[in-house]
Amino acid sequence: MGLVNPATANAGDAGTMMSEASGNFVTTKLDFLTNWARSNSLWPMPFGTACCAIEYMATAASRFDLARFGMERQSFSPRQADVFICAGRVPFKLAPVLRRIWDQMPQPKWCISMGACASTGGIFDNYTIVQGIDTIIPVDVYVPGCPPRPEGLLYGITLLQKKIRGESFTDELIREEKLVGADGLFLPAERVDELSEPFGNSVHQTRSSW
Amino acid sequence: MVISSVAALRERWGDAVERVTESCGDTIVYLRRAEAHDILAWLRDTTGQEFNYLTDVTAVEYRDPERALELVYQLRSLGRREDLRVKVALEKSEPLEVRSVYDLWHGADWLEREVYDMFGITFAGHPDLRRILMWETYAEGFPLRKDFPLRGHFSRAEQTRQALAANPEAHYSLEELSIADAFGELPKDMQERLARGERGVVK
Repeated sequence: MGLVNPATANAGDAGTMMSEASGNFVTTKLDFLTNWARSNSLWPMPFGTACCAIEYMATAASRFDLARFGMERQSFSPRQADVFICAGRVPFKLAPVLRRIWDQMPQPKWCISMGACASTGGIFDNYTIVQGIDTIIPVDVYVPGCPPRPEGLLYGITLLQKKIRGESFTDELIREEKLVGADGLFLPAERVDELSEPFGNSVHQTRSSW
Repeated sequence: MVISSVAALRERWGDAVERVTESCGDTIVYLRRAEAHDILAWLRDTTGQEFNYLTDVTAVEYRDPERALELVYQLRSLGRREDLRVKVALEKSEPLEVRSVYDLWHGADWLEREVYDMFGITFAGHPDLRRILMWETYAEGFPLRKDFPLRGHFSRAEQTRQALAANPEAHYSLEELSIADAFGELPKDMQERLARGERGVVK
């Protein structure tokens, strides 16, 4: 994908390419152009809370070089960010902070949940840890791993770019985010409970109280 | 090896020293709750003891539900290079309250807050006994007690709802957010620097 010269491209891709009529203007679909621009200039807002953040730093550093994917600028201000990358476990005490930062990011915005803890609570199935940040904010891409290697995060980022390229500029529902009731929950209570259920080895930990 | 302080403690305080044991080379002294604060003050101030550094305050609850909670003070004499572990048993049938040692070691401030937060032991005379790890409106109980379920008492949805309803800024007192109150005690050069109008300072 990208800017393609129709003279050299396959005829079948006409809908998703820019066609060059002269040197001075191009015709294309607005969706394609906005998605192309958005997906290739994602500014990440790193929210690093644990070891995943170390892998995130490795991803941003020279060996793996996040800048290759248009993420040159690490935005440490949510106001100037496009992608929220939650790297690490989130305690309940931090939940309102995470929610506040997400609310401060302007649309269009996306979220990557990096690692097992951010995605599900991971090994921390206890009284302090949010069982997946998707119970607090919407998540676009989950990157599995404990922690994921930089290649894993880069794969997640390219998946997100792919997802963005499939979006439509005119689809208003795609950005809609409703809170359920006045208590600030983003999902219905029963859905939060369902998402937070113990799984795997975690089900054996129920004998915590006698 | 039981350290020499034990003999002096026994001689001075008699029955208030309930039991003395040794574990992994550390001397452990069990004190009666009523005299504990006086004995700790004595350990700090008496020549030859001089336990001038409070390394840690913590507590232990055992699996046996009949067994008392133990409050643990880890003392160190920086000058004499000697450690002493002091324990105070708190029966569960009685209110879990002891006198704060904040007046002896100011370092006990946050340590006692943590013990209160995790075990629910209250410290009489502590200047600011609030939760320190969990947020202040945390209503599920005291997490390190044995009757506390690993996942907490409330459902995940309720925990999430309460967490999101918390207003993080509200949990800091004005003193914590502003250095205005401490302004008079700052060094002179710092006062001058701050007086030029940096944020957070009320002139």
